[in-house]
Amino acid sequence: MNLLAAKSIYSFEMARFFRTLSQSLISPVLSTSLYFIVFGAAIGSRIDEIDGVSYGAFIVPGLIMLSVLTQSISNASFGIYFPKFLGSIYELHTAPVSFVEIVLGYVGAAATKSALIGLVILGTAEFFVDFEILHWGAMLAFLALTCISFSLFGFIIGVWSKNFEQLQMVPLLVITPLVFLGGSFYSISMLPPIWQTVTLFNPVVYLISGFRWAFYGTADINIGVSLMMIAAFMFICLGIIGWTFKTGYKIKT
Amino acid sequence: MATCETCSPFPAIVQLPGHSVHFEKKTMTAILSVQNLSKQYDGGFQALKNVNLEIDEGEILALLGPNGAGKTTLISIICGLVNASSGFAKVGGFDVVSDYRQARSLIGLVPQEIALEPFQTVLDALRFTRGLFGKRNDPALLKSILEKLSLWDKKDAKTMELSGGMKRRVLIAKALCHEPRVLFLDEPTAGVDVELRKEMWDVVQQLKEDGVTIILTTHYIEEAEAIADRVGVIRGGELLLVEKKETLMQRMGKRQMRVELMQPLDKIPEALARYNLDYLADEQTLVYSYEANGERTGIASLFADLSKAGLILRDVETRQSSLEDIFVGLVEDKS
Repeated sequence: MNLLAAKSIYSFEMARFFRTLSQSLISPVLSTSLYFIVFGAAIGSRIDEIDGVSYGAFIVPGLIMLSVLTQSISNASFGIYFPKFLGSIYELHTAPVSFVEIVLGYVGAAATKSALIGLVILGTAEFFVDFEILHWGAMLAFLALTCISFSLFGFIIGVWSKNFEQLQMVPLLVITPLVFLGGSFYSISMLPPIWQTVTLFNPVVYLISGFRWAFYGTADINIGVSLMMIAAFMFICLGIIGWTFKTGYKIKT
Repeated sequence: MATCETCSPFPAIVQLPGHSVHFEKKTMTAILSVQNLSKQYDGGFQALKNVNLEIDEGEILALLGPNGAGKTTLISIICGLVNASSGFAKVGGFDVVSDYRQARSLIGLVPQEIALEPFQTVLDALRFTRGLFGKRNDPALLKSILEKLSLWDKKDAKTMELSGGMKRRVLIAKALCHEPRVLFLDEPTAGVDVELRKEMWDVVQQLKEDGVTIILTTHYIEEAEAIADRVGVIRGGELLLVEKKETLMQRMGKRQMRVELMQPLDKIPEALARYNLDYLADEQTLVYSYEANGERTGIASLFADLSKAGLILRDVETRQSSLEDIFVGLVEDKS
């Protein structure tokens, strides 16, 4: 195990984050602030409490997840795609590293970035709505698990993408709808029964529900099921990455 | 096939009729050893065919061949960029696939295309690479590498701000910063102006003096001539020969005079025996080989002896034997 290599990749990726700190932070913070103003303050004041939580507070976990998911995917996919695009990926192939170090470095950095962004948004939310977090430990654990597993997912997209269009296709066409339909802005129980069943096939539902439970102690889905689903997703991603590297699929000729 | 690395004779790279392959008894183990390496790409293109190669520590080997000959594929397999279809390669005794960590620690690669992170500074780029190879930052070493490559004053410049020549030198610096024992330079001077080419050659010479083994690919014969100890000729995925540069140049330094005769000849007359002439029956042509830079070429006396022997000439042509001739000769020998 070449830990120094993982550390090198990690610090290099983090350096890029801090080099473009304003861009990295301003856009997610600004967009979530707008959500809070529109949905929390303007529309939210006309919506009843959900499970005893005011609407403004109810959407906080969902909005954090929305940013964290998209940021994890875009950070990780870009992180590994960019060297591929530049050609500097040759260094990773010729260095004495296995996919473990590469994944630790790139996915670790992407997950750290999106976790930081998630926490900054959490801080921003404090300015707009009153809320309390019941289970701090569970909240952080859920945040970390989500960041890691969706960074892994983003890494796969980055490795498999052949161009920038493909790189943006999945986040745009798959993730955004899944997040919006995953209960960021409403409780699943508000949907007609048939849609409630359909929704159960959306993996993001489990994330948002679990994350919301950590905040307010209420959830659409049992917290244990949520945890299992996210863990399963993480292991599937890990498996795909391992297989990709082992076979050289999309990586080596 | 079981081979013992220390005692097995080196594989015959190519056997030319009438040439014995030099099995110079080498006391040290080869730093790089390639055996029966083949590569067929997914599309079915056979990029390498059963390549065998041994390289000693401290030498400079130039792999010479036209575009698409398989030069880059060969070094890409050794460096870990491409998977071989069969055969194996060892660096410092370590297999490049099964012991890739040890093998790769010994290798530095300078790729053909300039590929650098544009926003990174030169020094950061070096630190990154050194870290990737599992080595702690060593400011003194990085400084000395950058100084040697005349890049020290650019250490804080972003790589995108550098000129093409400097970028190439940054790639070399990156390849050197984990202290490799073997350095691969893939077409280091392709598309580079004359001045920069000379500069690159100086760098290579300097590295050799520091004890680094260097394998470079090129399609410029002058480049091989200028810096290599040995030259390997590769074409169509086959390593046609690997020879000391002097030997190769000697062969290439020969000139040929082809004398076409009016009448066919049964045998070369006795009087012309001392010229070691070859006779091509279907062309009715006598071929005389001589040293181009020898003091006496013997052409004048050959003409005198030809006319004494009563041979009437139709045409005379002289030409330099070229690398191309050697290529063609080798291909013909093989078929």
